[in-house]
Amino acid sequence: MPNYRIHKTEYIDETKRVSFKYDGKTYFGYEGDTLASALLANGIHLVGRSFKYHRPRGIVSCGAEEPNAICQIGSKKDLTEPNVRATELELYEGLEASSQNCWPNVKFDIGGINNFISPLIPAGFYYKTFMWPKSFWKKVYEPLIRLSAGLGKSPTEPDPDIYDHKYVHYDVLVIGGGVSGIIAAKMAAKNNFKTLLVDDKKILGGSTIYQNNESIKIDDKLSSEWLKNEIQEIKKLSNLSIKTRTSIAAYHGYNFLLAKENLTDHLPEEKKENKIRQRLWKIRAKKVVIATGSIERPLVFNNNDRPGILLSNSINKYLDYYGVTCGENIILFTNNDSAYETSISLHKKGIKNIIVDLRKSASSELIKQAESLGIKIYFNHVVTNTFGYRKINSLEIMKLSEDGNTTVGNKIKLSCDCLGMSGGWTPMVHMHTQSGGKLDFRDEDQVFLPKENSEDQISVGSCNGDFDLENIIDKTVNKINKFLDIDNQDYQDTNIICSKENDKRNIWLLPNKIPLGKTKCFIDFQNDSTAKDIKLALKEGFRSIEHVKRYTTTGMATDQGKLSNMHALGIIADTAGVKMGTLGTTTFRPPFTPLTFGTLVGRNVGKFFEVVRKTSMHEWHVKNNAEFENVGQWKRPWYYPKNGENMHDAVQRESKAARDSAGILDASTLGKIDIQGSDASEFLNRVYTNAWSKLAIGKCRYGLMLNEDGMVYDDGVTTRISENHYLMTTTTGGAANVLSKLEDYLQTEWPELDVYLTSVTDHYSTASICGPNSKKILNKLFPNLDLSDENFPHMSFKEDKLENINCRIMRISFTGEQSYEINIESKYGHSLWKMCIEAGKEFNLTPYGTETMHLLRAEKGFIIVGQDTDGTMTPSDLQMDWIVSKKKFDFIGKRSLYRSDTVREDRKQLVGLLTDDPKEILEEGAQIVSNVKSKPIDMLGHVTSSYFSPNLNKSIALAVVRSGKTMKGQKLIIPMENKNINVTVSDTIFLDKENKRLNA
Amino acid sequence: MFLINCPFCGERDQSEFSSGGEAHIVRPKQPTELSDDEWAEYLFMRKNIKGIQFERWNHVHGCRKWFNVVRDTSNDKILSVYKMGEKPPVNYK
Ligand SMILES: [Zn+2]
Repeated sequence: MPNYRIHKTEYIDETKRVSFKYDGKTYFGYEGDTLASALLANGIHLVGRSFKYHRPRGIVSCGAEEPNAICQIGSKKDLTEPNVRATELELYEGLEASSQNCWPNVKFDIGGINNFISPLIPAGFYYKTFMWPKSFWKKVYEPLIRLSAGLGKSPTEPDPDIYDHKYVHYDVLVIGGGVSGIIAAKMAAKNNFKTLLVDDKKILGGSTIYQNNESIKIDDKLSSEWLKNEIQEIKKLSNLSIKTRTSIAAYHGYNFLLAKENLTDHLPEEKKENKIRQRLWKIRAKKVVIATGSIERPLVFNNNDRPGILLSNSINKYLDYYGVTCGENIILFTNNDSAYETSISLHKKGIKNIIVDLRKSASSELIKQAESLGIKIYFNHVVTNTFGYRKINSLEIMKLSEDGNTTVGNKIKLSCDCLGMSGGWTPMVHMHTQSGGKLDFRDEDQVFLPKENSEDQISVGSCNGDFDLENIIDKTVNKINKFLDIDNQDYQDTNIICSKENDKRNIWLLPNKIPLGKTKCFIDFQNDSTAKDIKLALKEGFRSIEHVKRYTTTGMATDQGKLSNMHALGIIADTAGVKMGTLGTTTFRPPFTPLTFGTLVGRNVGKFFEVVRKTSMHEWHVKNNAEFENVGQWKRPWYYPKNGENMHDAVQRESKAARDSAGILDASTLGKIDIQGSDASEFLNRVYTNAWSKLAIGKCRYGLMLNEDGMVYDDGVTTRISENHYLMTTTTGGAANVLSKLEDYLQTEWPELDVYLTSVTDHYSTASICGPNSKKILNKLFPNLDLSDENFPHMSFKEDKLENINCRIMRISFTGEQSYEINIESKYGHSLWKMCIEAGKEFNLTPYGTETMHLLRAEKGFIIVGQDTDGTMTPSDLQMDWIVSKKKFDFIGKRSLYRSDTVREDRKQLVGLLTDDPKEILEEGAQIVSNVKSKPIDMLGHVTSSYFSPNLNKSIALAVVRSGKTMKGQKLIIPMENKNINVTVSDTIFLDKENKRLNA
Repeated sequence: MFLINCPFCGERDQSEFSSGGEAHIVRPKQPTELSDDEWAEYLFMRKNIKGIQFERWNHVHGCRKWFNVVRDTSNDKILSVYKMGEKPPVNYK
């Protein structure tokens, strides 16, 4: 097996050998490696196939910008993760990874055929081809694309890992632990700012930490040695927290940032167990320093995508940090000085290399150093083609013309096993723009830079366009002093020698003798879009960068175009003949690198996914086999099946029992609002449609609440407890909104009213007993209470004690039966319920759930807000004009009740429906028509509630129908999939119109 | 995610608040006197501007108090907060 690990470094622990599997084969690396560095040490460059053409692709970079080395980690159904960048994944014993974008394997695959038919796959290919015929999409195109694209596999079972969230507050947050970040953090922490420094890598230091060029020095030390010393210093600062392996995922307004900390991803399986895998930090910082650095740009030339072609600086990092060389015969292709650092490093380790430089000449100290070492440099030359299928083996270069637009002279063929590209540097302005910052374009080196720094956010270092060390340190120190309003002198006398210069020759699309249509000049490696695609999009009329991006899919892969966006923009600008700065950029959206859902969700999984509210009686319902229904956050008993009953049978039994003898309902979930104050009556007058001033103490009244637009909003019974004290009930689902609405009016429209609102929903448990025998059961529970109709009539309220515990008893009814609601302090709810059940035994007291409640009230034609109404129903639409006071001067929604639209006669109105076949039960939501022959069919309305009534022995339904009020007795049709159901419009009250049962 | 300075509780995370739309729209004292158009103006018409906007916010998961906010919608900066019933700061007219 080849070994490309050619020297020892302090970051690789050669005493700790690590075995791992890649594509099923076992390899070895060392502790300190990333998966990418370990693969390269084993001579493996080929790591995947490209998305569209399935061309062989290799590792390109050493960081978050990696477009090709995307892996699937693990193979378990519950523990596998796609889209992991091999360049960021720390190696651990037992790691299993596989290349992702290739089927059946990386060395031979069917999709490779696309490479040969590529003239048929231009920009917009998917839009143009897979549009027609429509029926082909689901059955042919989509499976085909999915199979051959294969962008990783999702786990198919729940994630067993533990994730965590944490909120923190800091004075200063520094993003990025390179040289500028470290200086900023030190200055802040030493001046009493509570500071947090985060870096996505395992160790601090950025790219300076492995810098070992003699011509770049700080205080007479190698810059890396100087920085190590600084890192030791800042670790001693008590005011500074340092989080490594932590990357900022999103930068939101008001300096609210999300950071992901990797806690166990670098550990072997057995050490991961029962530990938190990742933590999402929710950071509020008074001030944020962005020091995220920059990434190297590739160059765009023919066949620039072969395995073995990397970014020049990445070759340097693999060499000096990991001790791994990417080849033995390397060519560096550059337009600026930075490739020379790589060249000199390689030379020192004995790796043969030559340089192809686009510039006509250059003369910095660094270049002189390379020249003096005898490194061959081709100035004013361009790479025009590369060769080698699974890995680069040679390339061709040509001389550039004076203006750089064409090539001249003869081709020179050079052999190599690795090519480094350096197109200059792109400042990582993602954080700045995510925070809402704008960008400026600097023409001289073609970079976008943060335009302005606000008082609470600043960019320093190379993410701010300062590329040489002297500039970085000086400017960072000055800016931080100003930003934090401090006068730190730590770096006053720092002496920096940097022999690099900034000049470069920028050509976005490098010239070639071969026509563009016959070249493969890749811009976006992950999405496989080329310079040709961009030009085609422009030719077809696309101008906006956002449109070109979507049409060609450039920059839309999981790397979000970190390497490609600038080149796409540059080529668009050149082709369209406009200045690049005027084009703007595409938007950088969070997350900066992909996040797992687990991290975002944190602990809120399983039973913690959503808040669940249970009544005090819940245990009893569970024990008695209740099926539950979610009503808002509440779990409400839906029905109580007995002896294998289905829902229908259970509901029929419960409904019959409630009318024949007695039923009991857990009504604790109904919203309860305590209203007190000297203006409480006036307040109720204003919020309900009916009048309240004359309601006697100890009496209850039903009220309908509207929105200001006149539409029914909520309903419920309110009881006058004393002169200035009411208890309002609301619907279960509407409780919180009603309280908010009432508070709104009270605080903002009517602050002069002396009224106080308190939510007491959770304070009381409520058992509602109804039916002809309810009075007898109440008598057993409250033997001292006079339950006669004279003393305790319908719609009134009494207080009594149950074994010394105060109870509020309301005689109110939602079923049409004689009915009592017993309210008790919540903690006694379970006991109350059990006592009721015990007392009711001899009367077949039957617990019933929400379904039976709905059925019973429908028999009586009582509406359920939210079921029979939908925010477009006025009281008049519901045939409830009786509840709207004509005398009251004003109430919420009153004026809207005679807007031209609300007085229309042909509004949808609530009616009853009876099926011609009494056994036929309508479907809720079914459409109602009068004529099935007309086309299009005129829709008159829909069914809102529908049940089979065991008490009437027939099907009943409520519906909203256009002009329904005038249609009583009329025949209508409910067209269903395979039949038409004939119905007759009826009254909404089906049972006991005279309300005899209330006092039976 | 805003940091909102509740006039009663101090700075709190936006997730504790709910927005209540445009501020200083006063419910007419005599709705019955209004024409359909006038009532519709109160009921439906709201500004949605780029720039300085006056808004109502409710500290719904805190003190439950409503208050007013002056916000520049172009950059989301909250320029001022003040209690219900108080006049908007004149410098933001
Ligand atoms: Zn508050």
